[in-house]
Amino acid sequence: MTSAALQSSTVQPLLTMRGITKRFQHVLANDRVDLDIFPGEIHALLGENGAGKSTLMKILYGFYRADAGEIRLRGEPIQIRTPQDARRVHMGMVFQNLNLIPAMTVAENIALFLQDLPAIYQPKNLYERITHFSKQYGLEVNPQDIVSQLAIGEQQKVEILKLLLSNAKLLILDEPTRVLAPHEIEALYQVLSKLRSDGYSFVLITHKMKEVLQCADRITVLRGGRVAGTLQGRDANEDRLVSLMFDKLVSTRIDRQEAAYSPASGSKGSLKGSKQQPLLQLKGAATRGEGGAASLRDINLEVFPGEILGIAGVSGNGQKELGDVVLGMERLVKGHKLLFGKDYSRQSIGDLRKDGVSFIPENPLTMATVPFMTVLENMALTQPWRYARSGGLRIDWQAVRQDMETALGKFGFSFSPYTLARSLSGGNLQRLIIAREMAHHPRLIVASYLTSGLDVQSATVARQALLQARNEGAGVLLISEDLDELFSLSDRLVVLYEGGIVGEFKPSEIDVYTVGHLMTGHTVNQHQVMDTKG
Amino acid sequence: MATLSTTNTKLSLFRSKPFQVGARYMVIFVVAFILFGLILFLAGKHPVEAIQDILVYTLGTPTGFSEVIVRMIPLLFTAIAVALPSRVGLINVGAEGQLYIGGLIAAGVAITFPQLPAWLLLPFMALAGMGGGALWAFLPVFLRARGLVNETISSLLMNYVAPTIVSFFVYGPWRSRGAASTPQTVDFSESARLPTFFDTRVHLGLVIALIILVLFWYVMKYTRWGLEMRAVGGNPQAARRNGIAWARYLILAMCIGGAIAGLAGMSEISGIHGRLRPNFSPGFGFTGFLISWLSFGNPVGILIMSFVIAIITSGGDILQLKQDLPYAVLNILLAITLYVVLAKPTFFERKKA
Repeated sequence: MTSAALQSSTVQPLLTMRGITKRFQHVLANDRVDLDIFPGEIHALLGENGAGKSTLMKILYGFYRADAGEIRLRGEPIQIRTPQDARRVHMGMVFQNLNLIPAMTVAENIALFLQDLPAIYQPKNLYERITHFSKQYGLEVNPQDIVSQLAIGEQQKVEILKLLLSNAKLLILDEPTRVLAPHEIEALYQVLSKLRSDGYSFVLITHKMKEVLQCADRITVLRGGRVAGTLQGRDANEDRLVSLMFDKLVSTRIDRQEAAYSPASGSKGSLKGSKQQPLLQLKGAATRGEGGAASLRDINLEVFPGEILGIAGVSGNGQKELGDVVLGMERLVKGHKLLFGKDYSRQSIGDLRKDGVSFIPENPLTMATVPFMTVLENMALTQPWRYARSGGLRIDWQAVRQDMETALGKFGFSFSPYTLARSLSGGNLQRLIIAREMAHHPRLIVASYLTSGLDVQSATVARQALLQARNEGAGVLLISEDLDELFSLSDRLVVLYEGGIVGEFKPSEIDVYTVGHLMTGHTVNQHQVMDTKG
Repeated sequence: MATLSTTNTKLSLFRSKPFQVGARYMVIFVVAFILFGLILFLAGKHPVEAIQDILVYTLGTPTGFSEVIVRMIPLLFTAIAVALPSRVGLINVGAEGQLYIGGLIAAGVAITFPQLPAWLLLPFMALAGMGGGALWAFLPVFLRARGLVNETISSLLMNYVAPTIVSFFVYGPWRSRGAASTPQTVDFSESARLPTFFDTRVHLGLVIALIILVLFWYVMKYTRWGLEMRAVGGNPQAARRNGIAWARYLILAMCIGGAIAGLAGMSEISGIHGRLRPNFSPGFGFTGFLISWLSFGNPVGILIMSFVIAIITSGGDILQLKQDLPYAVLNILLAITLYVVLAKPTFFERKKA
């Protein structure tokens, strides 16, 4: 690690980006960005949403063309017009959403990616090459396994192997830890540092400071499309990074008031009779997953007013299905669902929303917004009845606009109402959806990956808003992979694995590592065994 | 940056939307006609003369012009019948069949109640035609909403069933004994005929079609239903999660589309033919489909395109007479137009990042 850091002043950089500028219509995504990547370093690219990290890397990988600036490889100017060009000069990228074909084996997926693969290839040779790399760097996978049966952490290993086998020397990893459990993150770092000592370079796109401090040799912080500063890993600390990432320092601490809500004083006096009737009740709920989807089995859970129930689990273990069951997108094959004490099986999703159920899905672009509609139109979509006038012949856009401004104002967000949703960045879309779903005092909030794609500042605001809703008596089902988030927000915590509940705790009763192991399908007793094996 | 803004103001006329849309359509037709001319030239004909003939005999004479409008009426209807479902993401290839069934049911009403006064009979026929078209659209979309069968295929296949049903009635139970050779129903009573304008064949259907076009535009742009339908078409998954009655809108949009196509059938038999004949539509439903996609479902585009396509198809008759060309050459022109339009994304749109 230290060797790489020392080299940086004397050794020629592997890759140099100079004056990279990229404009999207009204947004200057990259503004004269300079970046050096040295051989054998882990270079973290840190910044809040919309800071320009992804744009910069997509320029490097040939997805976008820069409006200005140049890229040099070992001092020689090069043109990267397509990802193929990038691969030809030994670059590789692992995307946030892994790019594997689930129905094929590991080896087939890797073979598809290799450019030097002969028309008739020998699977045996390929297997050997795969095992050679996987043994050497601790990326152990069986080449003959079907990808769909691999855990997400293993799929990531396949992605990295894919790049190694295609002779990539510079690997760009986009938010690689987003989908990993804590012990898998540790393992990934070990892999990276082994590769680094063999001369591989890495660019790590991330907005998690903790990880950056843990593994990066050098850190470049982007803010508003410009380089805010580059630090040596060993000189960096959390305070310095935060001050580079944000203009003004913000507190990321969350004010958490315990039991601030009491049903008697709650402003939502709609719960007649029993004071502690659950808002949501699932009894023995089960679904039948089709295709690659997970099935829920025998889910029993309750969400009470003024409570946040956290759902921990590695994605793909039934979280999406759970959210969809609550909303009514997915049908139960067994068991019952009660909302507000009533059977809602005959009600439509529209009725549900009218009665105060809000839904913040994991993917705001595909699951919550219509890309070719404006921000304003998207704001009106969940509650059209609220804004319809003359029986629907007219829409009161002024009212939508007012509601939108109030809702966004609460979070300190602001958007131009007439931009198309599809031109917003992922983080901005997430902000928009959070504001929309919190706008009308929901009684029950289903939030999946609330802060995914959000920077520290927005994430704090979003979490605070969730807590405030809870303090005002709303019930929250918080689905997340971010254990820190779950531990700091949840009143109760449930662990989901392969569609079933494998544990229920109060956050104070349990630690992150135990939950991490439950999430990946190990019982707590096997904890030790697992560690020795790894 | 400074230079950028000055060029912006200079180009503002060229950047204005109406200008761009107008220019786009102009370019489409100029390119299409040039290619068409080239084909005529290769076939040994005189391309300039042929195109001149088309334009003079359609736009140059009052009768020719009125006949273009007559052609345009069913095309307007069927184009809307395709455009409306397309807004919720459905591909209605079945306008032709819906038109036939609409005409069939409307004719049934006309020959069953010939004595009714026009103010009662015509609305009755219109409703019957709409009902028939809606029914023909309902079958495919119901299966689609249930997630069983893709509506594109089923609505297309149903096109081949509808004319056969019409033929069954025209050759069978409804065949007029009066007319010896041609299979057709009895002539409708005067009260079953749509009124025409200025001694031409242009009938009330034109007004109805234009009203529907304006309604279509208004509903889509200003109403709650339009908003919700655009959401369903724009992102069905998000629309469902946002609580929009997805399946209901699919069925509704397709059935209303079918009803409008049915109205095209009714207006044809009532306004033009005055009786039911087999094969009374020379593919209006398919041409409407073409128009709807050529105009990207845009109401103004539908109006312009229906007019232009009406000119082209009327021109086919002229070419047959004047240039001794088979009617089929018109299909070449239509096909070329389609190709030019489909090439549009690369030709006319600035590439977005």
